[in-house]
Amino acid sequence: MKASRSFRVIRAVVLTGLTIFAVVPLYTMIVASVTDSTQIQLGFQWLPSGVSLAPYVQMWQTIDLLHYLINSTLVALITTVLSVLLGLLAGYAITRHRFTGKRTVLYSVMITQTFPGILFLLPLFILYVSIDRAIGLSLIGSYLGLIITYLSFSLPFCIWLLIGYLASVPVDTEEAAMTDGCGRLEAFFRITLRMAAPGVLAVGVFTFISAWSEVLFASVLTNEATRTLPIGFQLFKNGHGVVEWNQLMAASLTISVPVVIVFLWLQRYFVRGLSAGSEK
Amino acid sequence: MAPAVVAIIFVQIVPMIAAVAMSFLKLNQFTIGNWTHAPFAGLDNYAVVLGSWNVISQALLRSFFVTVGYTIVVVVASCLLGMLAAVFLADKMRGRRVLGSIFMLAFALPAFCAAILWTFMFQPDGAVNVILGKDLGLIPPDTFWFAGEKAFWAMCVNTLWRTWPFAFLMILPAVQGIPTELVEAARVDGASRWREFRSITLPGVGRIVLLVALIISFWTFNDFTTPFIMFSTAAPEWADVLSLVIYRISFVNLNFGLGSALSLLMVLFLIGFSILYIRLLRVDIGGLEA
Repeated sequence: MKASRSFRVIRAVVLTGLTIFAVVPLYTMIVASVTDSTQIQLGFQWLPSGVSLAPYVQMWQTIDLLHYLINSTLVALITTVLSVLLGLLAGYAITRHRFTGKRTVLYSVMITQTFPGILFLLPLFILYVSIDRAIGLSLIGSYLGLIITYLSFSLPFCIWLLIGYLASVPVDTEEAAMTDGCGRLEAFFRITLRMAAPGVLAVGVFTFISAWSEVLFASVLTNEATRTLPIGFQLFKNGHGVVEWNQLMAASLTISVPVVIVFLWLQRYFVRGLSAGSEK
Repeated sequence: MAPAVVAIIFVQIVPMIAAVAMSFLKLNQFTIGNWTHAPFAGLDNYAVVLGSWNVISQALLRSFFVTVGYTIVVVVASCLLGMLAAVFLADKMRGRRVLGSIFMLAFALPAFCAAILWTFMFQPDGAVNVILGKDLGLIPPDTFWFAGEKAFWAMCVNTLWRTWPFAFLMILPAVQGIPTELVEAARVDGASRWREFRSITLPGVGRIVLLVALIISFWTFNDFTTPFIMFSTAAPEWADVLSLVIYRISFVNLNFGLGSALSLLMVLFLIGFSILYIRLLRVDIGGLEA
C-alpha cells in the first residue's frame, strides 16, 4: 500500500533533520582535521581555504600519541581477555548448573552495572594507597592497577551479556557431544564456544572499546608513563595554551575510524545480546 | 567459576564494603595513608548533606537537580528521536540501511571523542555559533556556551547526540517485529498513520522504550566523561553534575570520606528510583529465570 502524501512529507522532513544532526558534527570534525594551523584559528568554515594534511603528521609530535595509543591498546586488550575468559567461566556455570542463590547472583551482577564508576574508584584508590604503604607495590600509575579497576565494570558487563549467548546454545547439543565421548571441557570448546562465537566476539569488542576510551579511572590512576588516549588528548595545546584543534580532530578521527567500523560490523550481535541478556 | 568469583569479590564486593566503611571515616589527606586508623566520623559525612541546611548541602542539592534535569532532558529527547527514526525507517524504502548506519555513527564514536568534538563545535567561533548564529540567525552569533544555563544545554546536546542512536538501535527491531497483519488490517480499515502509531506501534514498542529509557537514565545520571571533557573539574553551576562534584571533593579537596558517602547516596537514590520505576511502570526487565 502506498503511503499518503502528507506522511511521506513528514517522514522526509524528520529523516532529513536527524541526518543533519547526525552528520554535521562529523563533517566539522573531518574538515577541521585537514585545515592548516592558521586557518583553524579563524573559526568554523564550511570550506576552509587552507587545506593540508599536516595535522595528521604534527599530531604525533605535539603529544606522545603513539605512546598513549600503545598504553590504551595494551590496557584494553588485557582487560578484555581477562574479563571475557572469567565471564565465560561464570556464564557457563550460571547457565549450566542449578544452584541456590542463582537469581541473587544474576540480579547483583546486573545492578552493579548501574552504579557510578566513582563508587568503585574511591575505595580502590584508597586500597591501592594502603597496598603501596604496606608492601611497596605501587598500583597507582601502573598498568596492573588500571586493569584491575577496569574489571570492576567490564567483568559484570561480560558476565551479563555472555549469559545470554551461552544460554542460546541448547544444552542438548552439548550433552549429545558428551555422550559421544567428549569431555565437558571439550564439549564446551567444540560445541558451546563455537556456537556462541559471534556473541563472544561482540562482547569482547565492546569491552575493548569501553576500556579503551575510559576517562574517569584513567584520569586518576595513570601517570606520564601509563597515560592512555583520553587523558593524553588533554595535552593538545601549543606553547600559549591554545588548543590545536586541527590536530586534536585529526587524532580523534584516526583513533575512531577502526572503532566505528568494527562497531557497525558487530552491532546486530550487540542488540541481540542486550535483549537476550535481559530475557534469559 | 572459582577464578571469576575471586575476581568479582576483589573488584566489586571488597570495594563496595570499603566504600561503606570509608563513608563513616574522617578520611582526608592527613589520614589517607593509614586509613585503618583514620578517626571514626560516625554519620558526620552524611550529616553534611542530610543533617543541616548549609552552603555545602545547598550546593549539593543544586548539583542533584542539575543531574536529574540533565538526565530527564537526555532520556526524553533520546527516546523521542530514537522512536521517530525507528518508526520512519521501519517501512521498506530506498536508502534505509544507509540512513540507519549514518545514524549509528555517533554512537559508535568513542564517548570522549564525541565530547571533544562538541567542545570544539561550541567554541565562540565554532560550528554551532557559525551555523545557527551567522548562517541561520537563530541564536546570537557570539553566544558563549561554557557558562550559566547555556552550559547545561550544551552538555545535553552533546550527550543526546551520542545516545539517541542507541534508542533507535534498540527500538527499530521492536517496530519491525510488530505483526504485519495487524498493520495491514488497520490500513485496510482506513486508519490514519497517527491512529496506527497510537493504537498499534506505541503499545508494540512500549516495553522496549521503557527499558531503553532506564538504561539511558543510568548512563546519563552517572555520566562523568562529557562534563569532565567539556569543563574539566571547574564546571559552571549549571553543568556541575554529581559525579563531577564527588570527583572534586575526593581528588581535589581530598575528602574521601565525604566522597564515599555521597557516591553511596547516589547509588541509594538510583536503586530507589529503579525499584519505583520498574514497579510503577511494570517494566519487563526479563524474567531472569536462566
